Amino acid sequence: MKPREVIRIAWEAITKNAVRSFLTMLGIIIGVAAVIIMIAISAGTEATIQDEITSLGSNLVFVKSSFTRGGPGKEGLSGGLVFDDASAIAESVIGVKAIVIEQGSSETVKVGNVSLASVSILGSTPDLPSVRDIDIEEGRYFSQSDIDRKQKVVVLGYSLAQELFGEADPIGQTVTVGTLKMTVIGVMAEKGLVGEIDYDARLYMPITVVFQKFTPSQFARIVGDRVGLIYVELEEDVDIDDVILQITLLLAKRHNVSLEEADFTVTTQQDIISTQASTTAAFRSLLAWVAGVSLIVGGIGIMNIMLVSVTERTREIGTRQAVGATPDDIRMQFLTEALLLSIIGGLLGMVVGIGGSYIFGAVSGMRTVIVPSSILLAFGSAATVGAFFGYYPANKAAQLDPIEALRYE
Amino acid sequence: MTERAIIETIDITKVYGMGDISVAALAGVSIQIHEGEFAAIMGPSGSGKSTLMHILGCLSRPTAGQYILDGEDISEMDKKQLASIRNRKLGFIFQAYNLLARTPAVRNVTLPLLYNRELEFSQAEMDEKAEAVLELVGLGDRMHHQPQELSGGQQQRVAIARALVNDPVMIIADEPTGNLDTHSGEEIMSLLHKLHKNGATIVMVTHDPEIAAHTQRTIHLLDGKVEQVVKNGKQKVQA
Repeated sequence: MKPREVIRIAWEAITKNAVRSFLTMLGIIIGVAAVIIMIAISAGTEATIQDEITSLGSNLVFVKSSFTRGGPGKEGLSGGLVFDDASAIAESVIGVKAIVIEQGSSETVKVGNVSLASVSILGSTPDLPSVRDIDIEEGRYFSQSDIDRKQKVVVLGYSLAQELFGEADPIGQTVTVGTLKMTVIGVMAEKGLVGEIDYDARLYMPITVVFQKFTPSQFARIVGDRVGLIYVELEEDVDIDDVILQITLLLAKRHNVSLEEADFTVTTQQDIISTQASTTAAFRSLLAWVAGVSLIVGGIGIMNIMLVSVTERTREIGTRQAVGATPDDIRMQFLTEALLLSIIGGLLGMVVGIGGSYIFGAVSGMRTVIVPSSILLAFGSAATVGAFFGYYPANKAAQLDPIEALRYE
Repeated sequence: MTERAIIETIDITKVYGMGDISVAALAGVSIQIHEGEFAAIMGPSGSGKSTLMHILGCLSRPTAGQYILDGEDISEMDKKQLASIRNRKLGFIFQAYNLLARTPAVRNVTLPLLYNRELEFSQAEMDEKAEAVLELVGLGDRMHHQPQELSGGQQQRVAIARALVNDPVMIIADEPTGNLDTHSGEEIMSLLHKLHKNGATIVMVTHDPEIAAHTQRTIHLLDGKVEQVVKNGKQKVQA
């Protein structure tokens, strides 16, 4: 039989039972749509994360403590970065534009009778707003002299200011942080979530105040105030590798360690992006697999209905055999029907998937990016699933005995 | 009328079952059907008439013996070859018509042509042939009706048209009037007579002696063997 005839017969069989055909296809439609939407969501997440990393500020180098010499429980005695390392980098390394160090804590913050427990405190240095790309809404950020003189001044995150003061102007007001009375000198502009951190709910103050009042250490007097992370912003057009080398040598010398057993690591933003990218790629393929399972379930649905269809049409099969259809003809007819079902289902699934990605993005506010290769992947898998799960019922039909088939009631 | 045998079976047997328990549905049947002959196969249930019809219709193969159809020995053919023989040489008429549901008459009639591998007909050729045979069976005005829109007699006419469309050497009719009322049954019989007059070879399986009496010769089967062959009188049914 000519391929055109085979397709026409399959098409007629599908359209004669339009409702059932649609229900059969539903599994494939959902599967294909799920693959496309899942991949669109993860690609969107990936793009968002990359944007967030980029929004941290460009040209960043991260210097992190790593306690190779002490080990857990001995941090006080071991190496790692200290406050003075940051100043040393700022002074000695060529190509550094700004330095930020941070020290976190968490305290109860009170204003009048408003009291907020466990507010995230961020002790930092004056360059934080420029390095982290956050604007000042009102007032000012603290200066180097605030740091040096350990001034009891705070800058409020955008939403924190609203919670504490409402419509009132917070500048010049006093807030009680823990037991310490401090003066508000500024409010940050809205920044929103970056990664997991809500920048707007934090309270910013000079890092030296945090060291002294909130995270005191008996070792600080001897080895200096320990810091976990130093952000180094570079000048434009400097060789990043050169700066990394300078920092590494400087710190190794200051800490008196060899490069092999350094108690710090120096990474670039690029390193973090690529780590992040591989994480999200793994996440994406996990989602794709989950969606793939629903495609297989859809394929089983097709097999089910095709088996029912073969049984129902046993007499038709017998009649076709009687007038000269060979087993190959019958097999091809049912296989084509299964394939056509999954291809139509795949096409509908593509439409639903693309539309669903947009709608999901619009409704949830999450970013979705439709990946063209995911459409091909989903459609290709749908067709493969159709052929795979269509074969068994088609073969069953082909092997029917014409006499039995003609007699079938 | 020529004496050329369209069908010749030589001592064919058909054994069902396996191992120790086996049933011989046919225990050595040798018959001949000549070109242009209208013959009936009769017998009570269990006599083997259905089994014989299936073998004559190339729907199954004999366990032993030879079956020569239109000069071809089909005893050793495989499924695919049998399908081709059915397609090119045989036309089937079933008791229950076996039309494709929700398919117009003309599409039902073209069905055998679709499966013809040797002569790949164009759609126009198929339609032309189908229309010609539908005219012949008196359904020229019902070509695009679907089976559910036709009476039983009309449906059987569509089935007869389908059996004729590939210009077969023999028509095999299995209780063609079994599902019909007397009047429609007579119409179908007179149509078969008309085809016979035009030269068709027809073998009809029936359990009804009155229907069998319409034919030239009745082959009576009993217990898988030919019991007797009776030449029927000069009964003629007036159309």
